[in-house]
Amino acid sequence: MNWQDVLLWAVLPYVMVVVLVGGTIWRYRYDKFGWTTRSSELHESRLLRVGSPLFHFGLLVVIIGHVIGLIIPKSLTDAAGLSQQAYHVQALLLGGIAGFCTLAGVAILIYRRRTTGPVFMATTRNDKLMYVVLVAAIVAGLATTLLGAAGGEEHNYRLTVAPWFRSLFVLQPDIASMAGAGLAFQLHTLIGLLLFTIWPFTRLVHAFTAPLGYLFRPYIVYRSRQGGPAARPARRGWERI
Amino acid sequence: MHVMAQMGMVMNLDKCIGCHTCSVTCKQAWTNRSGVEYVWFNNVETRPGQGYPRRYQDQERWKGGWVRNRRGRLRLKAGGRFKKLLTIFANPVLPNIRDYYEPWTYDYEKLTEAPLGDDFPVAQPKSLLSGEPMAIEWSANWDDDLGGAPEHGPRDPIVERLRKESEDKVRFSYEQAFMFFLPRICEHCLNPSCVASCPSGAMYKRAEDGIVLVDQDRCRGWRMCVTGCPYKKVYFNHRTGKAEKCTFCYPRVEVGLPTVCSETCVGRLRYIGLFLYDADRVTAAASVENEQDLYEAQLDLLLDPTDPAVLDHARRDGIAEDWLEAARRSPVYRLAKTYRVALPLHPEFRTMPMVWYIPPLSPVVDRLAETGHDGEDAANLFGAIDALRIPIGYLAELFTAGDPAPVRGVLQKLAAMRSYMRDVTLDRPHNESIATAVGMTGGEIIEMYRLLAIAKYEERYVIPTAYSGEAHQLEELGCSLDVDGGPGMIGSGPFGEASGRATPVSVETFHALRDRQTSDHIADPGERGARINLLNWDGKGRPPGLFPPPRQTPPGPGDLTAGGAAAARTAELGEDGR
Ligand code: SF4
Ligand code: SF4
Repeated sequence: MNWQDVLLWAVLPYVMVVVLVGGTIWRYRYDKFGWTTRSSELHESRLLRVGSPLFHFGLLVVIIGHVIGLIIPKSLTDAAGLSQQAYHVQALLLGGIAGFCTLAGVAILIYRRRTTGPVFMATTRNDKLMYVVLVAAIVAGLATTLLGAAGGEEHNYRLTVAPWFRSLFVLQPDIASMAGAGLAFQLHTLIGLLLFTIWPFTRLVHAFTAPLGYLFRPYIVYRSRQGGPAARPARRGWERI
Repeated sequence: MHVMAQMGMVMNLDKCIGCHTCSVTCKQAWTNRSGVEYVWFNNVETRPGQGYPRRYQDQERWKGGWVRNRRGRLRLKAGGRFKKLLTIFANPVLPNIRDYYEPWTYDYEKLTEAPLGDDFPVAQPKSLLSGEPMAIEWSANWDDDLGGAPEHGPRDPIVERLRKESEDKVRFSYEQAFMFFLPRICEHCLNPSCVASCPSGAMYKRAEDGIVLVDQDRCRGWRMCVTGCPYKKVYFNHRTGKAEKCTFCYPRVEVGLPTVCSETCVGRLRYIGLFLYDADRVTAAASVENEQDLYEAQLDLLLDPTDPAVLDHARRDGIAEDWLEAARRSPVYRLAKTYRVALPLHPEFRTMPMVWYIPPLSPVVDRLAETGHDGEDAANLFGAIDALRIPIGYLAELFTAGDPAPVRGVLQKLAAMRSYMRDVTLDRPHNESIATAVGMTGGEIIEMYRLLAIAKYEERYVIPTAYSGEAHQLEELGCSLDVDGGPGMIGSGPFGEASGRATPVSVETFHALRDRQTSDHIADPGERGARINLLNWDGKGRPPGLFPPPRQTPPGPGDLTAGGAAAARTAELGEDGR
């Protein structure tokens, strides 16, 4: 266990968490106005209608796949009688298809962004950086899915990445496991860490306010002026009188 | 019974001359920023015509408002909560910018910079979205004054429906056409489908005065409200990624001033006042089975502000005494309920709109006068109202879900008022039979006439100022001109276009105006408010940037700033050049 491994697999993850949580809280407190999807559907909807659902739904499945793959220990699926072979087949199918949809979706979205004049003009440098990291994460992830299917001890992330991931939560990072993972997995993990680090500072924050509360609130919202904007604490730049 | 107060507006369409003053002043006050170039909180459309955005009334296409399902319950036409969340990544029925219009400016620079030559220089239109030259093919009021009516008129959704229902053709030939203007703002509905459509709960109806607003800090740009509103009166700011809508000029109304559109209306045709309504019965009223009963159901919600029982309830529900007094004097209540001459726009959308319209009698009178009849004679008028089935049918589709009876009733009252008042003005014996024919008394007719024709400012706008205790919070005092996060942040924050704190509207307007007045570039869509707009020029002095910099000293590329131009001009003119 050398110092690079310690830095990468024991320090960086916690730095990421601190930045992610701290950054999100900070942004929520100071930049609610900037917290939006910044949708460009008004300018172009033909490509968006294909690309956006493909990307977002693909991503939702990918997230579920990550949760299952990283959190459920291999011993549990073994005990349930799911053979290594069978597990890989379903992971490849589900992960591969979802990953491919996500990649195709983001490809359509980026193509649309580049070729639709007003949409491209509304693209900031921040967005461009985010897209690079996002696409890198997806591509690396798809690569690991395919590699994982190829089999082999070092490509079995459930014996390398997953134990490390779980060990992070109990504050005893299992550095050795992660260091033994294949290069593709390490790369994907690092890009993922980077993605979550920049997350609070990009438009991706809109994911944190997915409007699930809509399912449970009454249709018509009444708000009183007393509890409304005027009663809020004055913001910076607004002198109290 | 739960009594709530609602700010309402009535517009008397007979008096609208289609001058668009209301639209322009509203735009200058609220939407003169980039991102909302295409947005008109107040727009005036010519009817028959397609409106703005194009054919917005066609709910089979745009899916706005509510529908009543087979079990008699209301549901959003564009789909319920689950469907909304499932289609959140790409709203299937969001209007495209071209359904509104692509905003543009002109390359005015060409006019002064073009080299001497045989050809006359022209200012080419350029898109404010892409900066590319563009052909202007549509706008917020392209079919103004029936312009292009033979081409556009038949595509008016109401004309289409009328044509299906009757063999009479709506005529668009010049001699036979009828037309009037329809100014539109947000209806501040009692049952707002925009609020119901908002997944983040950022839109709300203010409990005190019923004004419907978007919380800019909670809006996440899911765009469902744009679809939800059947009047298409919520707009998407494509720069900030947030929804914006007519605010009923709440900062003005809160201190007792009428909205900007009302204040500046040339025809003085707008009335503002309070309604008291029973909030518990709104859903039931909006779900009545027959669409043509919706007008009555809506009227039924409005409570009589002179009824002691109502007043008792209102006091218990926390409505202040001066608000009750304002409700008693409310011009909008009188026009809508007492005289029953104001009608809601498209009640069939089931949102219970609270901007009411007095339908125009002019098309009828004009046609009558053209055929050589006395257009103000009661008998002639009454007969003509029914004979001119097309205008009545059209108005009925607009205001009563197609039921001609209420529209006929209103027009007869207006006609009766004309005839009755002619006798009064000419000092002839008053003909009470005219009044009784429409179920009114002569006294009532005179009162109505006073309200419609000569009411003064204080009678047209009865707006309580119950907020005086907190009024200081409403003024944008101490605005953040020289604080970071203030005007410096207009445009782009660190996390993209719109991040950073919301800029107070007054600050943003101030900067937009100053930039326009001082810039000598043509509008660059990337540069907020860079246009010179002579509309903003008050005629005093010469704002820097009004003229391009003098030729003799060709400025370097870095010198093209307004400051450079101003300095150059001062040098040329001497110290007291102004
Ligand atoms: S008219 Fe106004 S209040 Fe009514 S649904 Fe549309 S935006 Fe909402
Ligand atoms: S200012 Fe008044 S008269 Fe002019 S268009 Fe607007 S509503 Fe009509």
